[in-house]
Amino acid sequence: MAVLDILVYPDPRLKQISKPVVQFDDSLRSFVLDLEETMRAGPGGVGIAAPQVGRLERIVIVDVSAKPKIKHHGRLILINPEIISKEGSAVGREGCLSVPEYTGNVARAKFITLRALDEFGKSCEFQMERYEARAVQHEMDHLDGLLLLDRLVSRRDLFRRQTQEAAASKPKPS
Amino acid sequence: MKKWFMLTLVGQDRPGIVAQVTRALYEGECNLGEASMVRLGGNFTVMLMVQFAGDEQALDDLIGPVSRSFDLRHHVDAIEGELLHHMEPDVRITVYGADRSGIIAEATGILAEKGFNILNLESDVGGTKENPIYVMTIEGVAEQGIEILEEALQKLAQDKGLEAQLEPIDTLIG
Repeated sequence: MAVLDILVYPDPRLKQISKPVVQFDDSLRSFVLDLEETMRAGPGGVGIAAPQVGRLERIVIVDVSAKPKIKHHGRLILINPEIISKEGSAVGREGCLSVPEYTGNVARAKFITLRALDEFGKSCEFQMERYEARAVQHEMDHLDGLLLLDRLVSRRDLFRRQTQEAAASKPKPS
Repeated sequence: MKKWFMLTLVGQDRPGIVAQVTRALYEGECNLGEASMVRLGGNFTVMLMVQFAGDEQALDDLIGPVSRSFDLRHHVDAIEGELLHHMEPDVRITVYGADRSGIIAEATGILAEKGFNILNLESDVGGTKENPIYVMTIEGVAEQGIEILEEALQKLAQDKGLEAQLEPIDTLIG
């Protein structure tokens, strides 16, 4: 196992589209272990995508289980992941190992249904929400060459969305 | 060696100010750091971190012609500039209500007592002439925890007839 070097924007590899994984072999599994070690080596990282270490393949790891009081599926190895449905939208603050010293507000779907393969090529499906769904969407963006910088929303948007949401969640008079 | 200055410009807003001011600075061999431009009540306002080899007077002389050409007032201060050392907010607070004097003072006074350090504050007046509303968004660090702020904010909302919401900012690092 090894901690890999993380590419930092403006490295052009971060803006490329990654290819699907076709070989589910020991070399893939060994890379996944290195990728996971790299994710855990950083402070507070809850996800990582293969292109962040320069491997342009559709591989993502997400583990938000360290966050208190949220729903999650634990440690997830997601290969060739696809979001098959999404619902709702929420703005949240994101940072990125590949964009140090910067955080910004990004709108993401609140609920997603995700299909992916594990490191043995077995197909899995997940219903995810909020923080975990956000982490998966952030990492999957890396597979398409997108960074949080491509999805920023202003603070003004944030207030508008919040108040709309609060209004929508108030019980209607009968 | 270049030193940091804070350059402030204020005046009636017109298209092209930012372009011409930053062009003059660029041609005068300045580097720009972080900046915030905002229209306040129809006025152009900007604060710019400027890195420059000369002293306050030399920067003042450099910006003078463009400032005068737009009828702006400007001000230069030598500062201790520090880039790439951001403080991350962990709480976002919105307060709004019918506009009257004292809303900011009341809200921020109570928050300061409870250990809240403001990093960003934006406020705006909306609504109609007859019924203006005051909207304030604050981001900051809850140095004594969020619960104590939440309590104080609820009490403020009740006592002063305001709407107040607090939301933790849980920055996702991926």
